[in-house]
Amino acid sequence: MDNEGIKKFILDRVPEAECVEGSQFLQVTIPSEKIFPLAGELKSNESTSFDFLFCLTAVDWPDHMQVVYHLKSTAHNHQLALKCKIASRENPEIETVCHIWRTAELHEREAYDLFGIKFLNHPDLRRLLLTDDWEGYPMRKDYDDPINMIEY
Amino acid sequence: MNWLYDFNYLTRSIHESLAETFEPATVTIVEMALAGLCFMILFALLGLVLVYAERKVSAFFQQRLGPMRVGKWGTAQTLADVIKLLMKEPLINKNADRFLFNLAPYIIMIASFMAMASLPFAKGLQALDFDIGLLYISAVSSLGVIGILLAGWSSDNKYSLIGAMRSGAQIISYELSVGLSLLTIVVLTGSLQLSTIVESQANGWWIFKGHIPAVVAFIIFLIASTAETNRGPFDLAEAESELTAGFHTEYSGLKFAFFFLAEFANMFIVAAIGATVFLGGWMPFHIGGWEGFNNIMDYVPPLFWFFGKVSFLIFMMMWFRWTFPRLRIDQLLTLEWKYLLPVNLMNIVLMAFLSLMGWHF
Amino acid sequence: MEEVIQDKDLESKEYFINMGPQHPSTHGVLRLVLSLDGEIIRKVEPHLGFIHRSIEKMCEHDVYNQIVHLTDRMDYLSCHINNEAVCLCVEQALQLEIPDRIKVIRTIIGELTRLSSHQLWWGVMGMDLGAITSFLYGFRDREMITDIFEETCGARLTMNYNLPGGLMFDIHPNFQKRTKDFIAHFKKKLPEYDTLLSNNVIFRQRTKGIGYLSKEDAISYGVTGPTARASGFSCDVRKHHPYSGYDKVQFKEILDTEGDCYARYKCRIAEMWESMSIIEQLIDNIPEGPHKVPTKAVIKLPKGEWYQKVETARGEFGVYIISEGQKSPYRLKFRSPGFSNLSALDHMARGCKIADLVAIMSTLDLVIPDIDR
Repeated sequence: MDNEGIKKFILDRVPEAECVEGSQFLQVTIPSEKIFPLAGELKSNESTSFDFLFCLTAVDWPDHMQVVYHLKSTAHNHQLALKCKIASRENPEIETVCHIWRTAELHEREAYDLFGIKFLNHPDLRRLLLTDDWEGYPMRKDYDDPINMIEY
Repeated sequence: MNWLYDFNYLTRSIHESLAETFEPATVTIVEMALAGLCFMILFALLGLVLVYAERKVSAFFQQRLGPMRVGKWGTAQTLADVIKLLMKEPLINKNADRFLFNLAPYIIMIASFMAMASLPFAKGLQALDFDIGLLYISAVSSLGVIGILLAGWSSDNKYSLIGAMRSGAQIISYELSVGLSLLTIVVLTGSLQLSTIVESQANGWWIFKGHIPAVVAFIIFLIASTAETNRGPFDLAEAESELTAGFHTEYSGLKFAFFFLAEFANMFIVAAIGATVFLGGWMPFHIGGWEGFNNIMDYVPPLFWFFGKVSFLIFMMMWFRWTFPRLRIDQLLTLEWKYLLPVNLMNIVLMAFLSLMGWHF
Repeated sequence: MEEVIQDKDLESKEYFINMGPQHPSTHGVLRLVLSLDGEIIRKVEPHLGFIHRSIEKMCEHDVYNQIVHLTDRMDYLSCHINNEAVCLCVEQALQLEIPDRIKVIRTIIGELTRLSSHQLWWGVMGMDLGAITSFLYGFRDREMITDIFEETCGARLTMNYNLPGGLMFDIHPNFQKRTKDFIAHFKKKLPEYDTLLSNNVIFRQRTKGIGYLSKEDAISYGVTGPTARASGFSCDVRKHHPYSGYDKVQFKEILDTEGDCYARYKCRIAEMWESMSIIEQLIDNIPEGPHKVPTKAVIKLPKGEWYQKVETARGEFGVYIISEGQKSPYRLKFRSPGFSNLSALDHMARGCKIADLVAIMSTLDLVIPDIDR
């Protein structure tokens, strides 16, 4: 399926999705509440079958949090950057996709660890890279550590 | 130079000179002390030589030089290591069972000392010559597993415990194969006394005289004895890539050195048993009919023959260790119970049949 | 009185063991908490972060030329390929036209890196299974590549050669000769690897049928690289999304369907042959031209986002740059292959023995700085 087809597929299910034709991927931004049904659909539907989640990451924008899913279909060889906009920057919450793509489990734990994004229904949401008693979420733009961070 | 060929002269003269000055009871005590001293020196020397040999052999297998810095070609490396180990702090885990923890290395050392006592090094050079020598040696050499189990149990470390349990399962299994493969030759000799076994090979070693069953028994003995000494590819008890260092993870300094030394001593002991039973012990190599050749061989002192054969076997064991990957515990037990043991039992029946029909040389 | 032994007294209980952070076969500071039933593994739980250096956060304050130098501290065995990924991503954003000479040299260097990484992996794999000799054989041959790299870029570990816009310096005059010498040498030595390990009965028993990973699971767990290709998951970035000079060379993507440790082992050995063939195709045909395209001293990317994937020795390495038009990225994410590959470890190791876990970890070829970042 080409980008137009994917765009139509997503718009049929999530009308409020914003689609941008990037230099490589079709970039689709959807509200965070829609991710779980859409992700399940994207994987299970024959025509899209995005079965390979090759990158999951979060971005801390000034006014919102964003979770980016880079998807690829091994059958059709098409790719997609799916972005979820989480309205609350302070207490971001989003449904987990680790039941759909199992690689998401560790990636989501990392995102929780560094950005403080709560992945609902995640089987084991704990700090991954940092110690359990770490305070704050270092990858957030407003994180400050006067001892270890050098401003320049 | 007679004493080089028959140590009875030497021992008798020592005994007689002692008997002239002391009472019989004192003589016995002094002789025991002398023998003990000799074994201690031998033990220390073995440690020095074998550790160096292992490092050099492994180095040559791995296309490197091995120790080269301490002494000429690194010959004093082991000595330097000993000094290093002596200076190390003996650490004991807080929750370790201190008594058993300290006892374990001694049990292993004692077991190998006891086994070494009955080895026939040369004619007349044997401290204990029982009529059940072979039985004694195989009984005593497996006592070491108690030390390993104690070490693993008392270390308060799960890696040690797993290592010790593996070792227990392994040694108990492979003890069977060692015993049975030795029994295959005992069928021929009709005696368990080590000196008699050596004497019976005056006209040819059992590995040659005993046809194929003897060769099979020798191969099984080599495999099983390597396993019994916990050496690679059967070093599951240590398995440094799985269990860090297995049963001796928590040992340091001198106590670690004991384990280390005992491993090499045990290797020497099994090689010596193999040499004695299969390769004629201190008997020279003879070829029937070649008188001149046989006479030349007779000029080589028995001690050299013995140590030569032992070195050959030790070299074989080192070769195994530095070539093969390690087995897994279930494969190890499968190998013993499903392959070696049945083959061994059939082999012993075949040998008994051969012996009964007189088809051996 | 005889004590009655109840069934529940005889039941075995699970216990936990900490494998790492200091353990010989975790190849770094990875901590695995194993739940064991005797020797049988019930669960493997990785605990990461012992060398987490927060490289992604550092990147948000660094200029792009500096970021390149951080990437070889991640997967230090695929350092040139990691560097290349960042360079390609920046070049893609700047829409720089890269001359063929640079592309070809990058490809050769990348394949040499892959070879040296696989050689180290082979040696360490043998060592994990208890055959220490293979370790030194692997290093003997790796030494030649390290020497070539030393001559080319001055370092033996954490090497840097790629820069956004080209290479730091032109190749050394000896480079072609030494590379050809190495290929000739290694073509004779690689069959030795098979003699020592691949054809060994014990080795085969230890690896065949161990740590099975199906194709579906490989995809679902995001496993890439030789690990995934041994399960039949065609994921070679060099084939699917060719970069640098890979569209000009002929090579096979090694695929297997067994999905066990032995298949992964075979895949990597076959990949070494392929890498050598790629180098052979290119080494005599390095086009003339500049080794660098002029760029600004401080590169500013336009507003936007770019994702570049490359195939390292371990799998798919991705660089995701979000730029707001500044000299540093707004957000930079490294998709490291080891991180995803590790997530399949628990799935593969359940029900195996401790010794099998070591074999599985070795065939995953984990590099811990790559996982922790």
